[in-house]
Amino acid sequence: MGSALSKNQGFLYILPALLFVAFFVFWPLGQLVYISLTDTSLLGGGKFIGLDNYIRAFEDKTFWRALWFTVRYTVVITPVLMGIGFGLALLTAPNRPLQQLTRATVFLPVVIGLGSSSLLWVWLFDQQVGLFNKFLVDIGVLAAPAVWFTKVDMALIAVTIAITWKVIGFGTILFVAGIQSINHEITEAALIDGANYWQRVWSIILPLSLRIILLTTLISVIGSMLAFDQFYLMTGGGPRGQTFTSVYWIYQNSFVSFKLGYGAALSIILTLIILVFASIQVALSNRSHA
Amino acid sequence: MTVLAEAAPRITTGDRGIARVAGEARGVRYLVGAACILVITLMLSPVVLSFLASLKTPAESSASPPSYLPHSLSLENYAKVYDWQAGLLTYVGNSLGVAAIAIVLCLALSVPTAYGLARFKIPFKEGWFILLLAPLMIPYQALLTPLYLTFSKIGLANSMLGLAIVHTVLQLPFSIYMMRNSFESIPREIEEAAVMDGSTTFQALRNIFLPLVTPGIVTVALFAFINSWNEFLSALIFMNKETSFTVPIMLTGVRAGRLGAVDWGSLQAGVIISILPCILIYLLLQKYYVSGFLSGAVK
Repeated sequence: MGSALSKNQGFLYILPALLFVAFFVFWPLGQLVYISLTDTSLLGGGKFIGLDNYIRAFEDKTFWRALWFTVRYTVVITPVLMGIGFGLALLTAPNRPLQQLTRATVFLPVVIGLGSSSLLWVWLFDQQVGLFNKFLVDIGVLAAPAVWFTKVDMALIAVTIAITWKVIGFGTILFVAGIQSINHEITEAALIDGANYWQRVWSIILPLSLRIILLTTLISVIGSMLAFDQFYLMTGGGPRGQTFTSVYWIYQNSFVSFKLGYGAALSIILTLIILVFASIQVALSNRSHA
Repeated sequence: MTVLAEAAPRITTGDRGIARVAGEARGVRYLVGAACILVITLMLSPVVLSFLASLKTPAESSASPPSYLPHSLSLENYAKVYDWQAGLLTYVGNSLGVAAIAIVLCLALSVPTAYGLARFKIPFKEGWFILLLAPLMIPYQALLTPLYLTFSKIGLANSMLGLAIVHTVLQLPFSIYMMRNSFESIPREIEEAAVMDGSTTFQALRNIFLPLVTPGIVTVALFAFINSWNEFLSALIFMNKETSFTVPIMLTGVRAGRLGAVDWGSLQAGVIISILPCILIYLLLQKYYVSGFLSGAVK
Protein backbone atom coordinates (compact mmCIF):
# COMPACT_ATOMS: atom_id res chain seq x y z
CA MET A 1 0.00 0.00 0.00
CA GLY A 2 2.97 2.28 -0.42
CA SER A 3 2.31 3.47 -3.99
CA ALA A 4 1.59 7.04 -5.02
CA LEU A 5 -2.06 6.13 -5.34
CA SER A 6 -2.33 4.96 -1.77
CA LYS A 7 -0.64 8.14 -0.55
CA ASN A 8 -3.54 10.09 -1.91
CA GLN A 9 -5.94 7.46 -0.66
CA GLY A 10 -4.56 7.79 2.84
CA PHE A 11 -5.12 11.51 2.73
CA LEU A 12 -8.68 10.98 1.52
CA TYR A 13 -9.37 8.87 4.61
CA ILE A 14 -8.27 11.61 6.99
CA LEU A 15 -9.80 14.47 4.99
CA PRO A 16 -13.35 14.36 6.44
CA ALA A 17 -12.08 14.70 10.01
CA LEU A 18 -9.72 17.50 9.00
CA LEU A 19 -12.59 19.36 7.37
CA PHE A 20 -14.77 18.81 10.43
CA VAL A 21 -12.11 20.21 12.76
CA ALA A 22 -11.46 23.10 10.38
CA PHE A 23 -15.16 24.01 10.18
CA PHE A 24 -16.16 23.46 13.78
CA VAL A 25 -13.01 24.26 15.75
CA PHE A 26 -10.53 26.44 13.87
CA TRP A 27 -13.02 28.55 11.94
CA PRO A 28 -15.07 29.34 15.10
CA LEU A 29 -11.81 30.10 16.90
CA GLY A 30 -11.02 32.70 14.24
CA GLN A 31 -14.57 34.04 14.51
CA LEU A 32 -14.16 34.25 18.26
CA VAL A 33 -11.10 36.47 17.86
CA TYR A 34 -13.03 38.68 15.44
CA ILE A 35 -16.17 38.84 17.61
CA SER A 36 -14.00 39.87 20.56
CA LEU A 37 -13.03 42.98 18.60
CA THR A 38 -16.66 43.99 17.99
CA ASP A 39 -19.65 45.02 20.05
CA THR A 40 -21.70 42.05 18.82
CA SER A 41 -24.75 41.30 20.93
CA LEU A 42 -27.46 38.69 20.60
CA LEU A 43 -29.75 41.61 19.81
CA GLY A 44 -27.59 42.87 16.94
CA GLY A 45 -24.60 45.18 16.74
CA GLY A 46 -21.29 43.96 15.38
CA LYS A 47 -19.41 47.23 14.96
CA PHE A 48 -15.61 46.92 15.03
CA ILE A 49 -14.35 48.51 18.24
CA GLY A 50 -10.72 47.39 18.36
CA LEU A 51 -9.43 46.40 21.76
CA ASP A 52 -12.20 48.10 23.75
CA ASN A 53 -13.55 44.80 25.07
CA TYR A 54 -10.11 43.83 26.36
CA ILE A 55 -9.61 47.19 28.01
CA ARG A 56 -13.01 46.79 29.59
CA ALA A 57 -12.09 43.31 30.78
CA PHE A 58 -9.07 44.65 32.60
CA GLU A 59 -11.28 47.14 34.38
CA ASP A 60 -14.08 44.64 35.09
CA LYS A 61 -13.85 43.93 38.81
CA THR A 62 -16.40 41.13 38.62
CA PHE A 63 -14.34 39.33 35.99
CA TRP A 64 -11.21 39.46 38.12
CA ARG A 65 -13.19 38.43 41.17
CA ALA A 66 -14.61 35.48 39.19
CA LEU A 67 -11.15 34.52 37.98
CA TRP A 68 -9.78 34.83 41.50
CA PHE A 69 -12.63 32.73 42.88
CA THR A 70 -11.93 30.08 40.23
CA VAL A 71 -8.27 30.02 41.25
CA ARG A 72 -9.30 29.76 44.90
CA TYR A 73 -11.61 26.87 44.12
CA THR A 74 -8.82 25.17 42.16
CA VAL A 75 -6.30 25.69 44.95
CA VAL A 76 -8.73 24.25 47.52
CA ILE A 77 -9.97 21.24 45.58
CA THR A 78 -6.81 20.06 43.82
CA PRO A 79 -4.85 18.95 46.92
CA VAL A 80 -8.03 17.33 48.29
CA LEU A 81 -8.54 15.36 45.07
CA MET A 82 -4.90 14.36 44.72
CA GLY A 83 -4.45 13.47 48.40
CA ILE A 84 -7.62 11.44 48.84
CA GLY A 85 -7.22 10.00 45.33
CA PHE A 86 -3.74 8.74 46.13
CA GLY A 87 -4.86 7.38 49.49
CA LEU A 88 -7.69 5.48 47.82
CA ALA A 89 -5.28 4.22 45.16
CA LEU A 90 -2.97 2.83 47.84
CA LEU A 91 -5.96 1.19 49.51
CA THR A 92 -7.39 -0.34 46.36
CA ALA A 93 -4.33 -1.07 44.19
CA PRO A 94 -4.05 -4.74 45.25
CA ASN A 95 -6.22 -6.93 43.04
CA ARG A 96 -8.19 -8.63 45.79
CA PRO A 97 -11.95 -8.91 45.29
CA LEU A 98 -12.93 -6.43 48.01
CA GLN A 99 -10.37 -3.89 46.82
CA GLN A 100 -11.46 -4.29 43.20
CA LEU A 101 -15.06 -3.76 44.27
CA THR A 102 -14.04 -0.65 46.21
CA ARG A 103 -12.17 0.68 43.18
CA ALA A 104 -15.19 0.08 40.94
CA THR A 105 -17.47 1.84 43.44
CA VAL A 106 -15.14 4.81 43.80
CA PHE A 107 -15.18 5.17 40.01
CA LEU A 108 -18.96 4.90 39.71
CA PRO A 109 -19.80 8.62 40.17
CA VAL A 110 -17.32 9.49 37.40
CA VAL A 111 -19.73 8.05 34.82
CA ILE A 112 -22.77 10.01 35.96
CA GLY A 113 -23.38 13.57 34.80
CA LEU A 114 -21.99 16.57 36.60
CA GLY A 115 -25.42 18.17 36.25
CA SER A 116 -27.17 15.20 37.87
CA SER A 117 -24.64 14.91 40.67
CA SER A 118 -24.82 18.65 41.38
CA LEU A 119 -28.61 18.48 41.69
CA LEU A 120 -28.26 15.40 43.89
CA TRP A 121 -25.95 17.29 46.24
CA VAL A 122 -28.05 20.45 46.25
CA TRP A 123 -30.73 18.27 47.76
CA LEU A 124 -28.37 16.57 50.23
CA PHE A 125 -27.11 19.98 51.42
CA ASP A 126 -30.54 21.61 51.65
CA GLN A 127 -31.27 23.10 55.02
CA GLN A 128 -34.89 21.88 55.14
CA VAL A 129 -34.81 18.45 53.49
CA GLY A 130 -31.10 17.65 53.11
CA LEU A 131 -29.99 14.28 54.42
CA PHE A 132 -26.30 15.24 54.50
CA ASN A 133 -27.23 18.02 56.91
CA LYS A 134 -29.31 15.58 58.93
CA PHE A 135 -26.42 13.12 58.98
CA LEU A 136 -24.00 15.78 60.24
CA VAL A 137 -26.47 16.69 62.98
CA ASP A 138 -27.01 13.03 63.89
CA ILE A 139 -23.29 12.36 64.33
CA GLY A 140 -22.87 15.58 66.28
CA VAL A 141 -20.78 17.59 63.80
CA LEU A 142 -23.46 20.26 63.47
CA ALA A 143 -25.85 21.51 66.14
CA ALA A 144 -28.55 22.31 63.58
CA PRO A 145 -28.88 21.88 59.80
CA ALA A 146 -26.67 24.46 58.09
CA VAL A 147 -27.48 26.80 55.24
CA TRP A 148 -24.62 26.03 52.86
CA PHE A 149 -25.08 28.38 49.95
CA THR A 150 -25.47 31.83 51.48
CA LYS A 151 -21.85 32.24 52.56
CA VAL A 152 -18.94 31.98 50.13
CA ASP A 153 -16.74 29.78 52.30
CA MET A 154 -19.54 27.37 53.16
CA ALA A 155 -20.54 27.21 49.51
CA LEU A 156 -16.96 26.49 48.53
CA ILE A 157 -16.77 23.65 51.06
CA ALA A 158 -20.10 22.22 49.90
CA VAL A 159 -19.13 22.28 46.22
CA THR A 160 -15.74 20.78 47.08
CA ILE A 161 -17.40 17.89 48.94
CA ALA A 162 -19.84 17.25 46.09
CA ILE A 163 -17.18 17.41 43.38
CA THR A 164 -14.77 15.27 45.38
CA TRP A 165 -17.43 12.57 45.54
CA LYS A 166 -18.11 12.98 41.82
CA VAL A 167 -14.55 12.94 40.41
CA ILE A 168 -12.37 11.27 43.04
CA GLY A 169 -12.41 8.02 41.04
CA PHE A 170 -10.69 9.82 38.17
CA GLY A 171 -7.42 10.34 40.04
CA THR A 172 -7.74 7.06 41.92
CA ILE A 173 -7.92 4.94 38.79
CA LEU A 174 -4.93 6.72 37.19
CA PHE A 175 -2.90 6.35 40.38
CA VAL A 176 -3.83 2.67 40.67
CA ALA A 177 -2.58 2.14 37.12
CA GLY A 178 0.64 3.95 38.06
CA ILE A 179 1.16 1.96 41.26
CA GLN A 180 0.46 -1.34 39.52
CA SER A 181 2.99 -0.59 36.81
CA ILE A 182 5.81 -0.28 39.36
CA ASN A 183 8.26 -3.09 38.87
CA HIS A 184 7.74 -5.86 41.44
CA GLU A 185 11.43 -6.42 41.86
CA ILE A 186 11.87 -2.99 43.38
CA THR A 187 9.16 -3.55 45.99
CA GLU A 188 10.40 -7.08 46.65
CA ALA A 189 13.93 -5.79 47.21
CA ALA A 190 12.62 -3.23 49.68
CA LEU A 191 10.67 -5.98 51.46
CA ILE A 192 13.85 -8.01 51.86
CA ASP A 193 15.62 -4.90 53.16
CA GLY A 194 12.98 -4.85 55.87
CA ALA A 195 11.32 -1.61 54.83
CA ASN A 196 7.84 -1.30 56.34
CA TYR A 197 4.77 -0.37 54.34
CA TRP A 198 4.89 3.40 54.86
CA GLN A 199 8.63 3.48 54.17
CA ARG A 200 7.95 1.73 50.88
CA VAL A 201 5.14 4.17 50.07
CA TRP A 202 7.36 7.13 50.87
CA SER A 203 10.57 6.04 49.20
CA ILE A 204 9.34 3.86 46.30
CA ILE A 205 5.68 4.21 45.38
CA LEU A 206 5.42 7.98 45.78
CA PRO A 207 8.60 8.92 43.87
CA LEU A 208 7.80 6.48 41.07
CA SER A 209 4.23 7.83 40.80
CA LEU A 210 5.38 11.42 40.71
CA ARG A 211 5.00 11.89 36.97
CA ILE A 212 1.49 10.48 36.88
CA ILE A 213 0.55 12.56 39.94
CA LEU A 214 1.82 15.68 38.17
CA LEU A 215 -0.08 14.82 35.00
CA THR A 216 -3.30 14.10 36.90
CA THR A 217 -2.86 17.32 38.86
CA LEU A 218 -2.67 19.29 35.61
CA ILE A 219 -5.73 17.59 34.13
CA SER A 220 -7.57 18.29 37.35
CA VAL A 221 -6.42 21.93 37.49
CA ILE A 222 -7.61 22.53 33.93
CA GLY A 223 -10.95 20.95 34.79
CA SER A 224 -11.38 23.11 37.90
CA MET A 225 -10.34 26.29 36.08
CA LEU A 226 -13.18 25.61 33.62
CA ALA A 227 -15.76 24.80 36.31
CA PHE A 228 -19.31 25.78 35.45
CA ASP A 229 -22.05 23.18 35.98
CA GLN A 230 -21.52 22.72 39.71
CA PHE A 231 -21.67 26.45 40.48
CA TYR A 232 -24.49 27.18 38.05
CA LEU A 233 -26.59 24.46 39.68
CA MET A 234 -25.48 24.61 43.31
CA THR A 235 -24.76 28.26 44.11
CA GLY A 236 -26.25 30.08 41.11
CA GLY A 237 -23.26 32.41 41.42
CA GLY A 238 -24.55 33.65 44.75
CA PRO A 239 -24.35 35.10 47.32
CA ARG A 240 -24.25 38.43 45.45
CA GLY A 241 -22.24 37.04 42.55
CA GLN A 242 -19.37 35.98 44.77
CA THR A 243 -19.23 32.41 43.47
CA PHE A 244 -19.16 33.20 39.77
CA THR A 245 -16.38 31.22 38.11
CA SER A 246 -14.67 32.46 34.94
CA VAL A 247 -16.75 30.31 32.62
CA TYR A 248 -19.89 31.21 34.54
CA TRP A 249 -19.15 34.94 34.19
CA ILE A 250 -18.51 34.47 30.46
CA TYR A 251 -21.81 32.58 30.15
CA GLN A 252 -23.56 35.30 32.13
CA ASN A 253 -22.22 38.06 29.88
CA SER A 254 -22.74 36.20 26.60
CA PHE A 255 -26.03 34.42 27.07
CA VAL A 256 -27.82 36.21 29.88
CA SER A 257 -26.78 39.82 29.19
CA PHE A 258 -26.32 39.03 25.45
CA LYS A 259 -22.94 40.85 25.34
CA LEU A 260 -21.33 38.36 22.96
CA GLY A 261 -18.45 40.59 21.91
CA TYR A 262 -17.40 41.19 25.47
CA GLY A 263 -17.92 37.52 26.37
CA ALA A 264 -15.70 36.57 23.43
CA ALA A 265 -12.88 38.77 24.73
CA LEU A 266 -13.17 37.12 28.15
CA SER A 267 -13.16 33.70 26.43
CA ILE A 268 -9.92 34.56 24.65
CA ILE A 269 -8.28 35.59 27.92
CA LEU A 270 -9.42 32.37 29.57
CA THR A 271 -8.29 30.28 26.59
CA LEU A 272 -4.81 31.77 26.85
CA ILE A 273 -4.65 30.94 30.57
CA ILE A 274 -5.77 27.36 29.88
CA LEU A 275 -3.27 27.03 27.03
CA VAL A 276 -0.43 27.60 29.48
CA PHE A 277 -1.54 24.64 31.62
CA ALA A 278 -2.35 22.51 28.58
CA SER A 279 1.12 23.11 27.12
CA ILE A 280 2.78 21.94 30.33
CA GLN A 281 0.54 18.89 30.24
CA VAL A 282 1.50 18.06 26.64
CA ALA A 283 5.20 18.61 27.36
CA LEU A 284 4.88 16.26 30.31
CA SER A 285 3.04 13.60 28.30
CA ASN A 286 5.58 13.76 25.50
CA ARG A 287 8.47 13.27 27.83
CA SER A 288 6.97 9.92 28.76
CA HIS A 289 7.46 8.76 25.15
CA ALA A 290 11.23 8.80 25.66
CA MET B 1 0.19 9.34 27.05
CA THR B 2 1.58 5.95 26.10
CA VAL B 3 2.58 5.13 29.62
CA LEU B 4 -0.98 5.45 30.80
CA ALA B 5 -2.21 3.39 27.89
CA GLU B 6 0.26 0.62 28.53
CA ALA B 7 -0.67 0.49 32.15
CA ALA B 8 -4.31 -0.03 31.27
CA PRO B 9 -4.56 -3.81 30.91
CA ARG B 10 -2.63 -4.40 34.10
CA ILE B 11 -5.37 -3.06 36.21
CA THR B 12 -7.41 -6.20 35.79
CA THR B 13 -4.56 -8.70 35.90
CA GLY B 14 -3.07 -10.13 39.05
CA ASP B 15 -0.42 -8.21 40.91
CA ARG B 16 0.67 -10.26 43.86
CA GLY B 17 3.80 -8.32 44.69
CA ILE B 18 1.80 -5.23 45.45
CA ALA B 19 -1.01 -7.23 47.00
CA ARG B 20 1.39 -8.46 49.61
CA VAL B 21 2.49 -4.91 50.32
CA ALA B 22 -0.98 -3.84 51.34
CA GLY B 23 -1.21 -5.91 54.47
CA GLU B 24 0.70 -8.94 55.62
CA ALA B 25 -0.64 -9.22 59.12
CA ARG B 26 -4.19 -10.30 59.75
CA GLY B 27 -4.90 -7.18 61.81
CA VAL B 28 -3.87 -4.98 58.94
CA ARG B 29 -6.04 -6.99 56.59
CA TYR B 30 -9.12 -6.43 58.75
CA LEU B 31 -8.31 -2.74 58.88
CA VAL B 32 -8.02 -2.60 55.08
CA GLY B 33 -11.30 -4.48 54.78
CA ALA B 34 -13.04 -2.09 57.16
CA ALA B 35 -11.64 0.91 55.27
CA CYS B 36 -12.91 -0.54 51.98
CA ILE B 37 -16.40 -1.06 53.37
CA LEU B 38 -16.43 2.47 54.77
CA VAL B 39 -15.38 3.88 51.37
CA ILE B 40 -18.01 1.81 49.54
CA THR B 41 -20.68 3.06 51.96
CA LEU B 42 -19.64 6.69 51.56
CA MET B 43 -19.57 6.45 47.77
CA LEU B 44 -22.89 4.65 47.39
CA SER B 45 -24.99 6.41 50.00
CA PRO B 46 -25.74 9.62 48.03
CA VAL B 47 -27.16 7.61 45.14
CA VAL B 48 -28.97 5.14 47.39
CA LEU B 49 -30.50 7.93 49.49
CA SER B 50 -31.57 9.76 46.34
CA PHE B 51 -33.18 6.58 45.02
CA LEU B 52 -35.02 6.01 48.31
CA ALA B 53 -36.13 9.65 48.38
CA SER B 54 -37.50 9.33 44.85
CA LEU B 55 -39.76 6.53 46.12
CA LYS B 56 -41.26 8.61 48.92
CA THR B 57 -44.66 10.21 48.55
CA PRO B 58 -44.36 13.83 47.32
CA ALA B 59 -45.46 15.08 50.74
CA GLU B 60 -42.82 13.04 52.53
CA SER B 61 -40.13 14.10 50.01
CA SER B 62 -40.61 17.70 51.02
CA ALA B 63 -41.06 17.02 54.75
CA SER B 64 -38.68 18.72 57.15
CA PRO B 65 -36.87 17.26 59.02
CA PRO B 66 -36.33 14.52 56.42
CA SER B 67 -36.09 10.78 57.07
CA TYR B 68 -33.45 8.47 55.60
CA LEU B 69 -35.95 5.77 54.67
CA PRO B 70 -39.35 6.20 53.04
CA HIS B 71 -42.30 5.39 55.32
CA SER B 72 -44.40 4.30 52.40
CA LEU B 73 -43.39 3.59 48.83
CA SER B 74 -44.87 5.55 45.99
CA LEU B 75 -44.17 6.08 42.30
CA GLU B 76 -45.95 9.42 42.30
CA ASN B 77 -42.68 11.39 41.95
CA TYR B 78 -41.85 9.40 38.83
CA ALA B 79 -45.34 9.94 37.49
CA LYS B 80 -44.88 13.69 37.94
CA VAL B 81 -41.54 13.68 36.11
CA TYR B 82 -43.09 11.53 33.39
CA ASP B 83 -45.70 14.22 32.77
CA TRP B 84 -43.45 17.23 33.29
CA GLN B 85 -44.12 19.84 30.56
CA ALA B 86 -43.66 18.17 27.16
CA GLY B 87 -43.26 14.80 28.91
CA LEU B 88 -40.23 12.82 29.97
CA LEU B 89 -40.22 10.78 26.77
CA THR B 90 -39.67 13.92 24.69
CA TYR B 91 -36.60 14.84 26.71
CA VAL B 92 -35.19 11.33 26.85
CA GLY B 93 -35.84 11.14 23.11
CA ASN B 94 -33.91 14.38 22.56
CA SER B 95 -30.98 13.15 24.65
CA LEU B 96 -30.92 9.77 22.90
CA GLY B 97 -31.23 11.39 19.49
CA VAL B 98 -28.34 13.76 20.13
CA ALA B 99 -26.21 10.96 21.56
CA ALA B 100 -26.98 8.67 18.60
CA ILE B 101 -25.99 11.33 16.07
CA ALA B 102 -22.84 12.12 18.08
CA ILE B 103 -21.90 8.42 18.10
CA VAL B 104 -22.42 8.13 14.34
CA LEU B 105 -20.42 11.31 13.67
CA CYS B 106 -17.58 10.26 15.98
CA LEU B 107 -17.30 6.84 14.36
CA ALA B 108 -17.80 8.03 10.79
CA LEU B 109 -14.98 10.53 11.26
CA SER B 110 -12.59 8.68 13.55
CA VAL B 111 -12.57 5.21 11.98
CA PRO B 112 -11.45 6.28 8.46
CA THR B 113 -9.05 8.82 9.95
CA ALA B 114 -7.45 6.27 12.22
CA TYR B 115 -7.24 3.80 9.32
CA GLY B 116 -5.54 6.44 7.18
CA LEU B 117 -3.12 7.43 9.91
CA ALA B 118 -2.25 3.90 10.96
CA ARG B 119 -2.02 2.19 7.58
CA PHE B 120 -0.98 4.69 4.91
CA LYS B 121 1.99 6.84 4.10
CA ILE B 122 0.71 10.38 4.17
CA PRO B 123 2.91 13.46 3.78
CA PHE B 124 3.09 15.43 7.07
CA LYS B 125 1.12 12.66 8.75
CA GLU B 126 2.10 13.49 12.34
CA GLY B 127 1.38 17.15 11.66
CA TRP B 128 -2.18 16.32 10.61
CA PHE B 129 -2.52 14.08 13.64
CA ILE B 130 -1.48 16.91 15.97
CA LEU B 131 -3.92 19.23 14.20
CA LEU B 132 -6.70 16.72 14.83
CA LEU B 133 -5.81 16.46 18.52
CA ALA B 134 -5.28 20.22 18.94
CA PRO B 135 -8.90 20.89 19.93
CA LEU B 136 -8.01 19.25 23.26
CA MET B 137 -5.97 22.34 24.10
CA ILE B 138 -8.81 24.76 23.38
CA PRO B 139 -11.58 24.90 25.97
CA TYR B 140 -14.77 24.14 24.05
CA GLN B 141 -16.57 26.61 26.29
CA ALA B 142 -14.83 29.35 24.32
CA LEU B 143 -16.14 28.02 20.98
CA LEU B 144 -19.78 28.09 22.02
CA THR B 145 -20.38 31.76 21.19
CA PRO B 146 -19.22 31.62 17.54
CA LEU B 147 -20.84 28.20 17.06
CA TYR B 148 -24.09 29.50 18.51
CA LEU B 149 -24.10 32.52 16.17
CA THR B 150 -23.40 30.34 13.11
CA PHE B 151 -25.85 27.63 14.12
CA SER B 152 -28.67 30.11 14.74
CA LYS B 153 -28.20 31.41 11.20
CA ILE B 154 -28.26 28.00 9.51
CA GLY B 155 -31.05 26.51 11.62
CA LEU B 156 -28.90 24.29 13.80
CA ALA B 157 -29.90 25.94 17.09
CA ASN B 158 -32.48 23.89 18.96
CA SER B 159 -31.61 21.03 16.65
CA MET B 160 -30.34 17.60 17.64
CA LEU B 161 -27.80 17.70 14.83
CA GLY B 162 -26.41 21.04 16.03
CA LEU B 163 -25.87 19.88 19.61
CA ALA B 164 -24.50 16.55 18.36
CA ILE B 165 -21.90 18.45 16.31
CA VAL B 166 -20.77 20.29 19.46
CA HIS B 167 -20.56 16.99 21.32
CA THR B 168 -18.55 15.54 18.45
CA VAL B 169 -16.12 18.46 18.67
CA LEU B 170 -15.63 17.46 22.31
CA GLN B 171 -15.27 13.77 21.65
CA LEU B 172 -13.42 13.54 18.32
CA PRO B 173 -9.80 13.90 19.49
CA PHE B 174 -10.22 11.09 22.00
CA SER B 175 -12.01 8.97 19.38
CA ILE B 176 -9.25 9.43 16.80
CA TYR B 177 -6.53 8.75 19.36
CA MET B 178 -8.32 5.63 20.57
CA MET B 179 -9.04 4.28 17.08
CA ARG B 180 -5.50 4.93 15.86
CA ASN B 181 -4.17 2.79 18.70
CA SER B 182 -6.64 0.05 17.76
CA PHE B 183 -5.60 0.05 14.11
CA GLU B 184 -1.91 0.12 14.93
CA SER B 185 -2.17 -2.91 17.16
CA ILE B 186 -3.20 -5.07 14.19
CA PRO B 187 -0.28 -7.07 12.69
CA ARG B 188 0.97 -6.00 9.25
CA GLU B 189 0.71 -9.51 7.81
CA ILE B 190 -3.07 -9.40 7.96
CA GLU B 191 -3.40 -6.51 5.56
CA GLU B 192 -0.68 -7.86 3.26
CA ALA B 193 -2.87 -10.89 2.74
CA ALA B 194 -5.70 -8.58 1.80
CA VAL B 195 -3.56 -6.74 -0.75
CA MET B 196 -2.61 -10.09 -2.33
CA ASP B 197 -6.29 -10.86 -2.71
CA GLY B 198 -6.57 -7.71 -4.75
CA SER B 199 -9.06 -6.03 -2.45
CA THR B 200 -9.31 -2.27 -2.56
CA THR B 201 -8.27 -0.41 0.57
CA PHE B 202 -11.91 0.26 1.37
CA GLN B 203 -12.78 -3.43 1.08
CA ALA B 204 -9.85 -4.22 3.35
CA LEU B 205 -11.17 -1.72 5.87
CA ARG B 206 -14.67 -3.11 5.78
CA ASN B 207 -13.93 -6.83 5.63
CA ILE B 208 -10.68 -7.23 7.51
CA PHE B 209 -10.04 -4.31 9.81
CA LEU B 210 -13.50 -3.45 11.11
CA PRO B 211 -14.06 -6.78 12.88
CA LEU B 212 -10.60 -6.49 14.44
CA VAL B 213 -11.06 -2.97 15.80
CA THR B 214 -14.50 -3.64 17.28
CA PRO B 215 -13.31 -3.15 20.88
CA GLY B 216 -12.04 0.31 19.90
CA ILE B 217 -15.36 1.08 18.23
CA VAL B 218 -17.27 0.00 21.34
CA THR B 219 -15.08 2.25 23.50
CA VAL B 220 -15.51 5.25 21.21
CA ALA B 221 -19.29 4.76 21.06
CA LEU B 222 -19.47 4.27 24.82
CA PHE B 223 -17.66 7.52 25.60
CA ALA B 224 -19.56 9.43 22.94
CA PHE B 225 -22.82 8.25 24.49
CA ILE B 226 -22.00 8.95 28.12
CA ASN B 227 -20.42 12.34 27.48
CA SER B 228 -23.24 13.43 25.21
CA TRP B 229 -25.94 12.21 27.58
CA ASN B 230 -24.33 14.08 30.48
CA GLU B 231 -23.13 17.26 28.76
CA PHE B 232 -24.65 20.36 30.30
CA LEU B 233 -23.32 23.75 29.17
CA SER B 234 -23.78 23.55 25.40
CA ALA B 235 -27.16 21.83 25.85
CA LEU B 236 -28.15 24.75 28.09
CA ILE B 237 -27.11 27.28 25.44
CA PHE B 238 -28.17 25.51 22.23
CA MET B 239 -31.39 23.83 23.37
CA ASN B 240 -33.32 26.75 24.80
CA LYS B 241 -36.76 25.82 23.53
CA GLU B 242 -38.82 23.85 25.99
CA THR B 243 -39.47 21.00 23.56
CA SER B 244 -35.80 20.63 22.62
CA PHE B 245 -34.36 20.30 26.15
CA THR B 246 -32.13 17.33 26.85
CA VAL B 247 -32.48 15.43 30.14
CA PRO B 248 -29.95 17.51 32.17
CA ILE B 249 -31.71 20.74 31.11
CA MET B 250 -35.10 19.21 31.89
CA LEU B 251 -33.79 18.59 35.43
CA THR B 252 -33.11 22.29 35.97
CA GLY B 253 -36.74 22.91 35.00
CA VAL B 254 -38.03 20.21 37.34
CA ARG B 255 -35.98 21.76 40.12
CA ALA B 256 -37.37 25.23 39.52
CA GLY B 257 -40.75 23.67 40.32
CA ARG B 258 -43.94 25.67 40.57
CA LEU B 259 -44.30 28.99 42.38
CA GLY B 260 -40.74 28.87 43.64
CA ALA B 261 -41.18 25.81 45.83
CA VAL B 262 -38.68 23.11 44.89
CA ASP B 263 -40.29 19.77 44.16
CA TRP B 264 -37.59 17.66 45.80
CA GLY B 265 -39.26 14.32 45.18
CA SER B 266 -39.61 14.86 41.44
CA LEU B 267 -36.09 16.23 41.29
CA GLN B 268 -34.66 13.06 42.84
CA ALA B 269 -36.79 10.90 40.55
CA GLY B 270 -35.35 12.90 37.63
CA VAL B 271 -31.81 12.55 38.94
CA ILE B 272 -32.24 8.77 39.20
CA ILE B 273 -33.65 8.56 35.66
CA SER B 274 -30.74 10.62 34.34
CA ILE B 275 -28.02 8.52 35.98
CA LEU B 276 -29.60 5.13 35.33
CA PRO B 277 -28.31 4.63 31.76
CA CYS B 278 -24.79 5.65 32.82
CA ILE B 279 -24.74 3.22 35.71
CA LEU B 280 -26.15 0.38 33.60
CA ILE B 281 -23.57 0.95 30.88
CA TYR B 282 -20.80 1.16 33.44
CA LEU B 283 -21.86 -2.11 35.05
CA LEU B 284 -22.16 -3.89 31.69
CA LEU B 285 -19.12 -2.48 29.92
CA GLN B 286 -16.83 -1.61 32.80
CA LYS B 287 -13.76 -3.14 31.17
CA TYR B 288 -14.09 -1.02 28.03
CA TYR B 289 -14.83 2.04 30.06
CA VAL B 290 -11.91 1.81 32.45
CA SER B 291 -9.31 0.91 29.82
CA GLY B 292 -10.59 3.59 27.46
CA PHE B 293 -10.53 6.02 30.30
CA LEU B 294 -6.91 5.24 31.13
CA SER B 295 -5.70 5.56 27.56
CA GLY B 296 -7.76 8.70 27.08
CA ALA B 297 -6.31 10.49 30.08
CA VAL B 298 -4.50 12.67 27.56
CA LYS B 299 -7.54 14.90 27.78
